[in-house]
Amino acid sequence: MKTGIYTVTENKPLTKGVYRMVLEGDTSHITASGQFVNIKLEGRFLRRPISVYDYSESAVTIIYKVVGDGTEQMSNMPVGTKLDVMTGLGNGYDLSKSGDKPLLIGGGVGVPPMYNLCKRLIAEGKKPTMIMGFNTKDEIFCLEEFSALCPTVVTTVDGSFGIKGFVTDAMKDIDYTYYYTCGPEPMLKAINAAAAAQGQLSFEERMGCGFGACMGCSCKTKYGNKRICKDGPVLESEEVIW
Amino acid sequence: MINSVGLQNPGIDKVISEELPKLKKCFNKPVIANISGFSIDEYTYCCERIDKEEQVGIIEVNISCPNVHNGGMAFGTDPKAAAEVTKAVKKVTTKPVYIKLSPNVTDIVSIAKACEAEGADGISLINTLMGMRIDKMRRRPVVANKMGGFSGSAIFPVALRMVYQVYEAVKIPIIGMGGVSKVEDVFEMMLAGATAVQVGAANLVDPYACKTMVEELPKVMEKYKVNNLKDIIGGAH
Ligand SMILES: Cc1cc2nc3c(=O)[nH]c(=O)nc-3n(C[C@H](O)[C@H](O)[C@H](O)COP(=O)(O)OP(=O)(O)OC[C@H]3O[C@@H](n4cnc5c(N)ncnc54)[C@H](O)[C@@H]3O)c2cc1C
Ligand SMILES: Cc1cc2nc3c(=O)[nH]c(=O)nc-3n(C[C@H](O)[C@H](O)[C@H](O)COP(=O)(O)O)c2cc1C
Ligand code: FES
Repeated sequence: MKTGIYTVTENKPLTKGVYRMVLEGDTSHITASGQFVNIKLEGRFLRRPISVYDYSESAVTIIYKVVGDGTEQMSNMPVGTKLDVMTGLGNGYDLSKSGDKPLLIGGGVGVPPMYNLCKRLIAEGKKPTMIMGFNTKDEIFCLEEFSALCPTVVTTVDGSFGIKGFVTDAMKDIDYTYYYTCGPEPMLKAINAAAAAQGQLSFEERMGCGFGACMGCSCKTKYGNKRICKDGPVLESEEVIW
Repeated sequence: MINSVGLQNPGIDKVISEELPKLKKCFNKPVIANISGFSIDEYTYCCERIDKEEQVGIIEVNISCPNVHNGGMAFGTDPKAAAEVTKAVKKVTTKPVYIKLSPNVTDIVSIAKACEAEGADGISLINTLMGMRIDKMRRRPVVANKMGGFSGSAIFPVALRMVYQVYEAVKIPIIGMGGVSKVEDVFEMMLAGATAVQVGAANLVDPYACKTMVEELPKVMEKYKVNNLKDIIGGAH
């Protein structure tokens, strides 16, 4: 965990309301896929947590959706804006359990953390498949990026693109050894119920501090209370109490 | 910020067997133990136990909790109840006892005086104010508990005012807190009457907030021409 000043070098809309932002600065504290950064915004007290989409030695890329005042403020930031960002937060995904054919499932803005994970799994010689779920065609982002890495299936609730229905409808026809997912809680719950294998789920719980101090994100697991921000956001499917 | 984390902690047994040893590894000086309870018995039980711990320098008794034996009204909102807790805790402890007051009261001074009269060695103030926000889209309170404890820089003027009032009414030392987030706030809090200052919410935004304040103190002392911090305690009266 480290706090530093980062410079916005890109901030552009991918769809209506979803933006990609590149933050230039020290990324040496990011140690695993599925970790998040926590961004201080001028005039707002608490930081805003956003998952890492991808990172290099000198920059971290995030993808965020405008849902309130803070993310709205971010969407208006010009290139060159300096931001106070904490990096290297959360446990991230554990790659060691993936097996040969891991299934990656992202729902809405739960898609971004799958990207770096996907790259890492491929680098380890694994053959991942990606499912991305959206409500409708206009909301789809990063399809090209994922398609360039691995077989990628899209589901839309209204059927305007790909498979009509939820991500769980696409899971049925895929053979997988393990799963990794991030998205809204109802989706995580449905995946856990439908899955043919164990997996890891990332919970985007509301947070206070993001580094384990306030207990605002605490939840019950089979192994006792855990703080989603520090002991998570990734939990193993077998420890979650639904 | 508004929180409804309640009093999340592993309980007195685990604090003594696990948390204190963990703290010892990274902090050598005495610590302040903050004790909460939902009945006089709980307060005395925990205070008596923690009093025996060498690592503990001061016992701070949080009386903002609801009294389950009295319709859930917080001990800290009634001078009589506050005095009762103070008296009971003083009986079972040897270490300095600071009573931490709730700001959600009409007359903070009478409560501070009641605690002093029963032997409190100091007063800590303030705990969080009650606050809420509403999610305009969903038309529901943002916090699951509907209301929560409001803290952070926004409450600083309220905290400062209460420290100022209590300083005029009691002789025992005051630990001032509530919204302190920069070194200038520490200075102002001390001018109001605080002997020491605590920082809560600001740490949750910047984990190095306290370190930064301590490092910047000499600069501010120079700015306001102060040689010894002791000289400014209550300096605004
Ligand atoms: C570990 C983690 C990773 C995240 N990763 C991403 C990401 O990659 N991309 C992305 O777009 N968003 C992500 N989020 C959610 C993001 O943090 C919130 O959308 C953001 O904080 C909202 O800020 P705001 O000021 O715009 O909204 P506010 O004005 O604070 O709230 C607007 C709405 O958003 C809801 N909201 C606020 N905070 C959260 C939260 N932490 N989680 C869920 N809902 C919230 C509120 O209930 C409200 O309905 C992540 C959250 C966590 C905890
Ligand atoms: C997340 C959180 C948890 C808190 N828990 C306690 C507690 O257990 N006992 C207590 O006496 N005060 C507790 N407080 C109150 C703080 O100690 C402090 O009195 C108050 O927040 C005002 O100071 P601040 O604005 O610097 O945070 C808590 C505050 C926060 C934000
Ligand atoms: S958000 Fe503060 S402990 Fe998790």
